Amino acid sequence: MSDLLMEGRTGKWEIVLGLEVHAQVISKAKLFSGAATEFGAEPNSQVSPIDAGLPGMLPVINRRCVEQAVRTGLGLEAEINLVSVFDRKNYFYADLPQGYQISQFTRPIVGKGKIRLDMPDGSTREVGITRLHLEQDAGKSLHDQHPSLSYIDLNRSGVALMEIVSEPDMRSGEEAGAYLRKLRSILRYLGTCDGNMEEGSMRCDVNVSVRRPGDPLGTRCEVKNVNSIRFVMQAIEVEARRQIEIIEDGGTIRQETRLYDPNRGETRSMRSKEDAHDYRYFPDPDLLPLVLDQALVDGIKSALPELPDAKKARFIADYKLSPYDAGVLVAEQNIATFFEAVAKGRDAKAAANWVTGDLFGVLNKRGVGIEESPVSAAALGELVDLIADSTISGKIAKDVFAEMVESGQAPATIVEAKGWRQVTDTGAIEAAIDAVLAAQEAKVAEYRSGKDKLFGFFVGQVMKATEGKANPALLNDLLRQKLAG
Amino acid sequence: MAALTDLTLASARDGLQSREFSAVELTRAHIAAIEAARPLNAFITETPEHALAQAAVSDAKLAKGAGGALEGLPIGIKDLFCTKGILTTAGSHILDGFKPPYESTVTAKLWDAGAVCLGKLNLDEFAMGSSNMTSYYGPVINPWSQPGGNRKLVPGGSSGGSAAATAARLALATIGTDTGGSIRQPAGFCGIVGAKPTYGRCSRWGIVAFASSLDQAGPMTRNVRDAALMLNVMCGHDPKDSTSAPIPVPDFEAALTGDIRGLRIGIPREYRVDNMPAEIDALWQRGIDWLKAAGAEPVDISLKLTKYALPTYYIIAPAEASSNLARYDGARFGLRVPGGSLSEMYENTRAEGFGAEVRRRVLIGTYVLSHGYYDAYYLKAQRIRTLIARDFDEAFRTVDAILTPTAPSAAFAIGEKMDDPLAMYLNDVFTVPVNLAGLPGISVPAGLSADGLPLGLQVIGRAFDEATMLRIAGVLETAAGFVAKPAYLGEAA
Repeated sequence: MSDLLMEGRTGKWEIVLGLEVHAQVISKAKLFSGAATEFGAEPNSQVSPIDAGLPGMLPVINRRCVEQAVRTGLGLEAEINLVSVFDRKNYFYADLPQGYQISQFTRPIVGKGKIRLDMPDGSTREVGITRLHLEQDAGKSLHDQHPSLSYIDLNRSGVALMEIVSEPDMRSGEEAGAYLRKLRSILRYLGTCDGNMEEGSMRCDVNVSVRRPGDPLGTRCEVKNVNSIRFVMQAIEVEARRQIEIIEDGGTIRQETRLYDPNRGETRSMRSKEDAHDYRYFPDPDLLPLVLDQALVDGIKSALPELPDAKKARFIADYKLSPYDAGVLVAEQNIATFFEAVAKGRDAKAAANWVTGDLFGVLNKRGVGIEESPVSAAALGELVDLIADSTISGKIAKDVFAEMVESGQAPATIVEAKGWRQVTDTGAIEAAIDAVLAAQEAKVAEYRSGKDKLFGFFVGQVMKATEGKANPALLNDLLRQKLAG
Repeated sequence: MAALTDLTLASARDGLQSREFSAVELTRAHIAAIEAARPLNAFITETPEHALAQAAVSDAKLAKGAGGALEGLPIGIKDLFCTKGILTTAGSHILDGFKPPYESTVTAKLWDAGAVCLGKLNLDEFAMGSSNMTSYYGPVINPWSQPGGNRKLVPGGSSGGSAAATAARLALATIGTDTGGSIRQPAGFCGIVGAKPTYGRCSRWGIVAFASSLDQAGPMTRNVRDAALMLNVMCGHDPKDSTSAPIPVPDFEAALTGDIRGLRIGIPREYRVDNMPAEIDALWQRGIDWLKAAGAEPVDISLKLTKYALPTYYIIAPAEASSNLARYDGARFGLRVPGGSLSEMYENTRAEGFGAEVRRRVLIGTYVLSHGYYDAYYLKAQRIRTLIARDFDEAFRTVDAILTPTAPSAAFAIGEKMDDPLAMYLNDVFTVPVNLAGLPGISVPAGLSADGLPLGLQVIGRAFDEATMLRIAGVLETAAGFVAKPAYLGEAA
């Protein structure tokens, strides 16, 4: 772990990280009201009297949201608490219409679980999940619409969130990034959160502290609302650096909540522990304890999809992929499905290379996901087949692929239309070799006098003469024979 | 027309069905009575046009032989129930101009059954009070007064307007809410019947919340049969209220058989509190004798934690209230007093919008939920609440119902006890434990004090056994033969 330490002026420091992720539950209706949850609707168009905190309105739990939380808990290999309690977290703010948020404090719906991170070197690392609880989202304050007043949009008010809290098990921004990517991947597999950090449907607060390796935990600061994985990694770096400098200058860290400012690359104090709200949590008397049937949990469990870890293990075992390739291919369910369609009955390693190499290159360039791939899995499979049965060479295949991306035509059609079928006719290749050797007598003599390196030159010349269509293996054999001749 | 306002719900129902008079005539009689009774200040909002329009619809239905259980019967609504498009104030300045875009479940059931809405009735602000003195809309005057006396008396609270209106014949019946005695105590003070069903019987959806785990709606009527009629309509499971009980509602009217032979009636010895007036004690004993004479068996029982009920209530109710009332912030509805910042707007709005008693309870509630005090106050109070409920459970293993006085005194004068909140809170000493345990309770007028003021007896039933409670109340009512009428009616007549 020494490579994870941060170098300070006075020696090495260990960064200790715990993450709190707010994941918006995929559901048609809000957690306690029937109002819709769709993103991007006209302000205040998806607000029921319950969400607006009107007098006499009462919450009724949305069964779908509860099932989603259980599903997520199972996906995180966590304990499901058959009895959980909703509490009120009391504070005043303009976008919190009831004056309290309904959350779960002492008895969350999901207890301890775990998540396995896939590190870039192919290794894995386990991070503990402390708990997952259900809570309502607040509305949104818009401070830039009027010179002196704020506008309030309550569309988000009451939308179901899962707060997923990790143990302080991470030691670098890279691990925190891997944690978020893996968590997002699991949530998407489960269909419980779309994981879209830009739209705010997944938000992250990071608890950062530093210590000398082996020392007890240092005082932590919570860095709020960092809205991309890149910013999370940056914010950790910046905040850890700030803390180390303070301690090395003889200061102490104050426990506080800080905001990351990506424009200035710094964290700023939001409120100290002394100013922290007293939330006056107490059980919400409008809601009975949430009691789940074991049968409900079992039903959800039996219907869980194959999750990234299991899929990765299967890809390694069945397709003989490297842990790294397997990890890349299972990160998104659609990619994994695409890959399997290409790999089925074919050379899996070749399929993996095409998907993670050329195809990802095109997708990245276009900035689209695999759902919008210009090349279908079936078409890519055909291309792999054409190489396998020696219809085209691997080299020509690159050109065919480029053409597939451009025109959307089937690979066989392109090969025929372009006349790119590989030449496996010994006679034709021999004729081409003969012509090259005849034209390059001097080079032939040099070769024969021991200049072996010229072999590549002859290959190139013959390929050029055959417009690259000569079967490379055949060419090599015949050329070697002729030159030995 | 005085005769029309003096009818019971049941007799008015029969009169309408036999076409002796129309719903419009019945409604007009009440509208006239309400206009004449404005000095009582029972109503915050009168809705005469709305009432006449509803009555006309009822007449059309009745003419076809159709209509619901309360078709054409004019009633009044405590202004804590949200009524669609009709000003709803909770007796507070902070709800200025608030016209809900929805109808509470209980009132919707009443309108569906054909009842006619005469208006919204005065109450203690946010139902916090036992005298109706805390209303932003001013005190309600009890239609009762001491014979020959000229002191104006309180009607009790918080459902003071509802009690006064029923007693003064301004409505055939009214509805109230009861968090610690707010139906039963004013019913006792005004000489009418007030019933609080089991927690969970009536939906709380659309009732401005005071203390969610204690609030319960109920009827305030001139006899037990009317209470049963109203409960038949008001009760029932509501999926919009998670604490509403999915339990079938029996026909309460059918439960009034008058036969209580063999029933065991608990008499809790701890309810003989210090300084209780002898006449209350005597009335209680009369009640015991009446039930015994009717074939029931009085049983001495102990509810040993009774003395902790009030302090427990005055932690739990304010705690919930402090949170329930957080939504009155000036941001979305009701009163807004602007300020230079968000916090200032909150402070200005809530300082001006809430009266002294509400502010007191919000402060207490905030305090008992605060970090470092939660365990000592709120959590301990919850534990005692559980034990108080267990006391009742224990008692109900040997008895079928419990008989107690409704309140430790008769109605007191307006302005009395205002400087001593604890003395005021003592009004609810016999009613509060019932709310803490979630049980049904009913107050029946049983006699007059030496001063000529009504006194009530309370019957407490098993959870969801309002039927037995009503049956016993009916027997008490018959035995007591309470026929006295408030002095106001003498003046008005």
